[in-house]
Amino acid sequence: MAMEKTLPSYQQDRIKINDGEKIVSARPHALSDKVFNFCPGCTHGIVHRLVAEAIDELGIEGETIGISPVGCSVMNYDFFNCDMIEAAHGRAPAVATGVKRVHPDKIVFAYQGDGDLASIGTAETVHAATRGEHITVIFINNAIYGMTGGQMAPTSLPNQVTQTSPYGRDVSKVGFPIRMSELLATLDGPAYIERVACDTTAHIRQAKKAIKKAFENQVNGVGYSFVEVVSTCPTNWGMTPQAAFEWLRENMLPYYPLGVYKDVVADGFDDALGAAAARAADCPIAQQKREA
Amino acid sequence: MADEKSTPVEDRVLMKGNEVLAEAAMRAGCRYFFGYPITPQTELAAYMAKKLPKIGGTFLQAESEIAAINMVYGAGAAGARAMTSSSSPGVSLKGEGVSYMAGADVPGVIVNVERGGPGLGGIQPSQSDYFQATRAMGHGDFFMPVLAPSTVQEMADLIYLAFDLADEYRTPAMILADGMIGQMMEPVTLPPARDPESLPKKPWATTGTHMEREHNVVNSLYLTPQKLEDTNRERFERYEKIKATQQRQELFMADDADILIVAFGASSRIARTAIRRARDKGIKVGLLRPITLWPFPEDAINQAIDGGCKALMSVELNMGQMVEDVRLAAHGRADVSFYGRTGGVLPTPEEILDQIEALAARIGCAPSAKAGE
Amino acid sequence: MAMPQDTSMKNPEMLCVLSGFGGQGVLFAGKVMANAGLLDGRHVSWMPSYGPEMRGGTANCNVSLSDDAIGSPFITRPTALIALNQPSIEKFGPTLENGGVAVVDTTLAMNVEEVELPEGVKLFAFKATQMAEDEGLKGLANIICLGKLWAETQFADLDVLEAALKKCVPPKHANLLEPNLKALHLGIEL
Repeated sequence: MAMEKTLPSYQQDRIKINDGEKIVSARPHALSDKVFNFCPGCTHGIVHRLVAEAIDELGIEGETIGISPVGCSVMNYDFFNCDMIEAAHGRAPAVATGVKRVHPDKIVFAYQGDGDLASIGTAETVHAATRGEHITVIFINNAIYGMTGGQMAPTSLPNQVTQTSPYGRDVSKVGFPIRMSELLATLDGPAYIERVACDTTAHIRQAKKAIKKAFENQVNGVGYSFVEVVSTCPTNWGMTPQAAFEWLRENMLPYYPLGVYKDVVADGFDDALGAAAARAADCPIAQQKREA
Repeated sequence: MADEKSTPVEDRVLMKGNEVLAEAAMRAGCRYFFGYPITPQTELAAYMAKKLPKIGGTFLQAESEIAAINMVYGAGAAGARAMTSSSSPGVSLKGEGVSYMAGADVPGVIVNVERGGPGLGGIQPSQSDYFQATRAMGHGDFFMPVLAPSTVQEMADLIYLAFDLADEYRTPAMILADGMIGQMMEPVTLPPARDPESLPKKPWATTGTHMEREHNVVNSLYLTPQKLEDTNRERFERYEKIKATQQRQELFMADDADILIVAFGASSRIARTAIRRARDKGIKVGLLRPITLWPFPEDAINQAIDGGCKALMSVELNMGQMVEDVRLAAHGRADVSFYGRTGGVLPTPEEILDQIEALAARIGCAPSAKAGE
Repeated sequence: MAMPQDTSMKNPEMLCVLSGFGGQGVLFAGKVMANAGLLDGRHVSWMPSYGPEMRGGTANCNVSLSDDAIGSPFITRPTALIALNQPSIEKFGPTLENGGVAVVDTTLAMNVEEVELPEGVKLFAFKATQMAEDEGLKGLANIICLGKLWAETQFADLDVLEAALKKCVPPKHANLLEPNLKALHLGIEL
């Protein structure tokens, strides 16, 4: 990919370009020089890069404000070059809401893992979605708590062995995994929800498209966009990276099918509001026109 | 403080304390309110819901108190003046977010219109959250300015001040009010309205780099112990500045007092009535009313003791919380005692007068029969 | 700090409890009284009951008008009482100061004589709700009683009280101003 743009002034020392040379491939502007602290084979690094590429390609780095989660990506405020805020565990959607309400013209995204988004922060997740906050949420689902050392997550699979389900997740006692994309797709607020994976080149390309679209939707005022990335955790799954990808394909993808769960634009609407109104066509009060 | 009687009548309006908090917050430049319904602070949120959209602001009813305070954190990090309000049980839930605000040096204002506790407690006036407010209301090593209004006028003056202190010292700040001051109407002279654009800029805020500067990070995570210690030490230097410059109190009939009642908010009003009656009986008693609960006005306590005050009685709507600060400030140099009612029960002036008379007798400051004539 | 002396004989300190069922307008009547104090440049407080009791049950408010700063806005010994129902006179009547004034609407407080009032309390009991209905002033028993209380206590100048009433009627209900003034004078002339 050719990068025609020059680097921002504060980054010009980063890459030396000699006369007659052209950048063909480079670290995205939106990623800092900091070395990732992720384990080998973890897909966080890939997803960070995809987010940064999307920000670069849309030319929105200077206008973007990101919210970091608590979890393995807790320090991604150091990895992204845009302004960043570190949130309390699970509260990123609420923090993002506060930021977006102050700066409706800025691009605001939250990057969260499964414990953060689907357990301690479920209320914040569901309500930011149903409010249709104009934010972009990137959700890493690797079926385990990584940073704390491999405990059962809200998305851990039935019978999956973790530190806190040492005999395997017993659904008769601790219940079932949550499929967040499906759950959020029942709400009127979201404009776009897609589940992707980063285990193959083809899937990574699809993930990139989805992430870029999730940001583009915000630029275009379409509404709340959510991309779930089915991911691996070789360290806490106790597998080699390659075996982890195999396990993902064998066990996670059947439980968490990839695909688009909601896309109001593809459904022919301008935004989430239009789709919600159509769904409530028989409810008179929901059809009342509001003053701007 | 604007003097109720010296202000031209036409500038005074009769308003409820809770509504005044909202109106004065907007005048202080606050355009973002995030809250969750709870008695007895509801009028504040309702007023904001009605007025904020008309001045280009945002009122958002959050899904929980936790979400509300985190929205304040986000809006504050983004550079805006933002606030939330609640009452005791709801304020407990905000503790997490307030800790993050303190840790990340994000300004914002939290209003607690207290009710009785613990647990669901009651809805009548109480001051049982003194410890929570003044002793780091979330985890970690931090304080924040806590301002305690005792009149509707002070609801206006102190929330205005709270926003300024929060911005100046990059800290959350709290208004600790109670159901009495929140629900009552009194005449008030409202402070001038400030344009948020005219407020000092916040170069640290996350407003987008516009590709013109290094990215700003608002964060409370420091995994290197030395770095965390350095950060905390820097914050405590700011706390020392606050302690040195921001202690506020009102003294009433205190000049020649043998006994000082120490009381804030609702209880200070009742104490004032009792003090007048005690003076009629010849007892030299006055009032020291802390306006800042943190920093606690320990300098004024010390000056009073230096000036001859022999006994301090803390009168509170709880089982004895502020009395600990009175004791710390007095440092054994004066008699310190406590009288309180709790659960939403208010002491009568007569009750407090009885306590004053008993105390005066105990420390040998009761007027002789002759002096009383 | 020196305390200002109460030099105003015309406007004595007024510690008034107004009480009735929710919807009878006791909070409104209290606001009119408080606004009269405001316009007079006096110290004023208006303290409502709040919480579950205001939903359909009894409602009351405490109004203090004084030339001194007001201590507690909760009144334990009122100098005046407007009671629009039986529970109100039973609850607050006995708390009146000796020599205080009680205005009671006997349409809904039918057993006033059973309440033991403190020494010297001047009781004015009449069917205010009935009177309001007869005069085409439905719902204005509160203001009739306020008028009667004014006639007995002169807690403000009449023109100030009328101005306060005008202030309290919201512009969108401007048509209610005239009936309110009529009710006020009906009470005064009783």
